[in-house]
Amino acid sequence: MSGPTRRAVLGTLAGLAAAPALGQDARGRVVVLGGGFGGASAARALHRAGLSVTLVEAETTYTACPFSNEVIAGLQPLAAQRFGYEGLRRAGIAVVHAVATGIDGGARSVALADGSRLPYDRLVLSPGIALRFDAIPGYDEAAAEVMPHAWKAGAQTELLARRLADLPDGGTVVLSVPANPYRCPPGPYERASLIAHVLKTRKPRSKLIVLDAKDTFSKQKLFEAAWKELYPDHLEYVPLAAGGQVTAVDPGTMTVRTDFSEVRAALACIIPPQRAAPIATAAGVADRTGWCPIDPVTFESRLVPGIHVVGDACIGGAMPKSAFSANAQAKVCADAVADLMAGRTPATPKLINTCYSLVAPGYGISVAGVYRPANGVLADVEGAGGTSSLDAPMEARRAEAAYAEAWYRTITADVFG
Amino acid sequence: MRGLRALALLALALLGLGAAPAAAGPVPAPPGASSCSGCHGAHGEGAFAPLAGRPASDIAAALAAYRSGERPATVMTRIAKGFTEAESRAIAAYLEQQAAP
Repeated sequence: MSGPTRRAVLGTLAGLAAAPALGQDARGRVVVLGGGFGGASAARALHRAGLSVTLVEAETTYTACPFSNEVIAGLQPLAAQRFGYEGLRRAGIAVVHAVATGIDGGARSVALADGSRLPYDRLVLSPGIALRFDAIPGYDEAAAEVMPHAWKAGAQTELLARRLADLPDGGTVVLSVPANPYRCPPGPYERASLIAHVLKTRKPRSKLIVLDAKDTFSKQKLFEAAWKELYPDHLEYVPLAAGGQVTAVDPGTMTVRTDFSEVRAALACIIPPQRAAPIATAAGVADRTGWCPIDPVTFESRLVPGIHVVGDACIGGAMPKSAFSANAQAKVCADAVADLMAGRTPATPKLINTCYSLVAPGYGISVAGVYRPANGVLADVEGAGGTSSLDAPMEARRAEAAYAEAWYRTITADVFG
Repeated sequence: MRGLRALALLALALLGLGAAPAAAGPVPAPPGASSCSGCHGAHGEGAFAPLAGRPASDIAAALAAYRSGERPATVMTRIAKGFTEAESRAIAAYLEQQAAP
């Protein structure tokens, strides 16, 4: 899999620059920056709406986060997480592999690393997250090579999977979870569950300690019931109130500190606090929280007109930062962009999210929600959504595990296929 | 307003954009409809029923039964409650118009 040649990139850009009158009419030029679930979905939906769209993504291969906890537990190969952009190209979308170095919201152009500029009439930004290496004393990028976060899928996922496989029986594992908001709210607890599954089945004298910077979390009752049933000897959960917030780490001695204690770990997975990726800050669309406030109807930035932000980077209100949300937001955003460019008023949308988690192989649980704009943010539609039933029979758990796998195949085919 | 939109669609069709696939078709996606394909993919992968091209009456009836709890499900009972009868019918009509794979 080779990257695009310089000539190919320049050819694409020249083609865009030369785009004739069509580029000047009401349909205009739309650039999508970021080729993850949000960006790739947006590019497809914009293209379906008949707009001229260019997708800019630095990498030629995307490594998906959903199901990467299964890779860490040795239940799935990392190869199953990897997707290329051939499907988008086949659909007729211009995909440019280039690093964006800046966005000029006033002049409406994206600066690329080769010095060229890509003009747009509207930009859809789906940049994903940045891990905050300034948040936990001792936890910087070098420390992440020793205490992996594995919160961006790829080399970090492989590193954590290898360390877990190599863990000596009897070794203590520490998993640290940040306060809200962060990418994939139930993800750390699925990870805790599947690590505990590995310990129970392959390293029975080991134990996982989950240190949480909060007291409540997604699907909490379901996770806690499953942990009590499946992993009573292998998983200890420490909430904020019991001193779960990690205050410092020392990768040299493999020490994880909290206000009340100090744990020596044989393996530590530190998921640090996060923010929108740096390009969002460079573009001026991220606020002081580090995330991007948006209009809940159009996903247009509250800070810079002409830039729409979808996916994990945006402040989605009640919508969690998930691949499902990013895909749903991207389609709504694309419809709104098509309306705006045709001079129509976008209709008020509704959006759905569904997130499955595995607590063990063949044991799935879910949370779902329906959202609508209210008071300037995306809010829950009351009476809808919620989690799997706490007293559901085992066949429902098995069904939800199967649905989780089916969802992964469907969404990745919808986005990248 | 409706007339203008029809005229715009006609103009787009004349420009050769009418060949754009179903999602850009004559019915704009009503609230919630574009989220469905997050699970119910175009090619019916895996465990989820493909919805594109299914009769609107079937989809609307299923949504009503999920909403009332008459039809059991893991997730759809929770999602269907987020939509009114009229919204469900609009979604069903939209999905019927989508080209079956």
